[in-house]
Amino acid sequence: MLISIASGKGGTGKTTLALLLAAAHSNITLIDCDVEEPNCHLFLQPEWHGPEQAVTIMVPRIDSDRCNGCGACSAICLFSAIAVSGKSALLFDELCHSCGGCLLACQQNAISEEQKVIGTLMTGTAASHPGIHLVNGTLKIGTPSAVPLIRRMKQESLQLTGDILVDCPPGTSCSMVNAVKGSDFCILVTEPTPFGKHDLELAMNITHLLQIPTGVVINKSDAAAGDENIEAFCASRQTPVLAKIPHSLSFARQYAAGCIPVEFQGIAVSIWQQLTSEGGARA
Amino acid sequence: MKELVIVSGKGGTGKTSISAALAYLAPQKVLVDCDVDAANFHLVSGATIKDSYAFTAGFQPHIDDETCTRCGKCTDLCRFGAITAGVITSPLNCEGCGVCAFNCPKHAIAMQEKQAGHWFVSDTRFGCLIHAELGLSVENSGKLVSKVRHEAKKIATTDHLPLIITDGPPGIGCPAIAALSGTSLALAVVEPSVSGMHDLARLADLVAHFQLPMAVCINKSTLHQENTEQMVIWCQNKDIPILGKIPYSDAFRSAVQSGKTVLEIPESNVTEELTELWQNIAGQLNIPKSASGLDLLWQKINIFR
Repeated sequence: MLISIASGKGGTGKTTLALLLAAAHSNITLIDCDVEEPNCHLFLQPEWHGPEQAVTIMVPRIDSDRCNGCGACSAICLFSAIAVSGKSALLFDELCHSCGGCLLACQQNAISEEQKVIGTLMTGTAASHPGIHLVNGTLKIGTPSAVPLIRRMKQESLQLTGDILVDCPPGTSCSMVNAVKGSDFCILVTEPTPFGKHDLELAMNITHLLQIPTGVVINKSDAAAGDENIEAFCASRQTPVLAKIPHSLSFARQYAAGCIPVEFQGIAVSIWQQLTSEGGARA
Repeated sequence: MKELVIVSGKGGTGKTSISAALAYLAPQKVLVDCDVDAANFHLVSGATIKDSYAFTAGFQPHIDDETCTRCGKCTDLCRFGAITAGVITSPLNCEGCGVCAFNCPKHAIAMQEKQAGHWFVSDTRFGCLIHAELGLSVENSGKLVSKVRHEAKKIATTDHLPLIITDGPPGIGCPAIAALSGTSLALAVVEPSVSGMHDLARLADLVAHFQLPMAVCINKSTLHQENTEQMVIWCQNKDIPILGKIPYSDAFRSAVQSGKTVLEIPESNVTEELTELWQNIAGQLNIPKSASGLDLLWQKINIFR
């Protein structure tokens, strides 16, 4: 089963929940798709299985000897990644989406493609948790789009068997969509504040659009604070609340120190039970 | 005009809460929420939408079924697996590149502008707020970020306001890059956790990559004393000024619950630290720390307007 953990709002506890769930499983692959700010490895301190692999995208390469400055490439590029000045085309490769349109448009055969590194991929196993196999992606600083790297990581997961957890980036834009896409179940982590509820709704709109069965975990739960607002909202969307993780300063301190807190292990076990019965019912 | 952009790397460190507190303290400013895919600033500032605008960006293919012969050339050329013989089978995969349209032998595909969200001009308790809502599962969050920043600059120029306070997005990808480019000061709101420290380092690399001035505010500083100390040393080594340290406080949570900034609720215990943060920022940006008598008069008049 491929389970994604997403949130809308940042800092609600996606990584915490991913680690809790992974630690409660005997043999699991954890894919950290928050490639802008990957954090799972900080807690697992894995032994890496090999050197980091570069992940690349294809970008055009313009042969200035052949280019006659006709502007056909620039005219068809809807991302404005190529401009023509004088007799040669100039590439702004950070805007390029690797569609290959310019290659097709160039009548002078002046455009070829070359690889551009956008990030790295590493896999490893945690000595403290030998059942957790970590796939870690890191976006290269200054690279605008994380999507190709996330897609590549998701591709790797297709070759794996057994249960897989995906720790997703925050937000609801293309990075989050690509991280969540294709999962059998999505857990949305929220907190009982108006911020949490607002962003939960946006995230739920995405999982609904993608037709992925969804459940909610309320982190930093506090009956006095606003749990019932979240619960009422989830009920109105026929989405189950899988668990509540109590608001706890000691838990936050353990997280800050880089430990996977054991105090809520029972909650993780209960979520797994619900997931396996839900997954079974849908399969 | 100065532009302060509040960023964090890691999400949930308190960007919006700190931005809101600064909005409360700064005398004359325009506010911007650049977290366009999960905007929250309007929830703590009592925003009433004044004007709403559609935002179009990017393109999507539109296929004329009568002209299309289902030859499949588009399928061969599409690198994103979005189209199969004239049918958009995976719309979410479509990047809007137009390769299908430009190379269709029957010219059956046209590229049309895509509705990518909305942006708003709102009145709040602290002045004008420009915010946005990204469309459901569309790209171009970076372009929408640039749009709201651009509109805020226009308003600040017209109204002669010296400061723009921008609540930024998390991460270091395209929305963060779009929010940071050309800013007067990037204020990183960070928390003293191992994740927070790791993410600060990546954010600092990004800010250095674009050669922008940066400062740090350590939020929840009492959560982990040792990490806070390490963070202070790290910033000193990197020559990044620390403009404030805000202790861990449940008052932030209570404030959000009641739709207010942490400075507007009676149980607030971080007023002093936030005021100091604001004064340090104002000093760094070389702008007035408090309103002049004339400004106060204007504010009073505005209440009754």
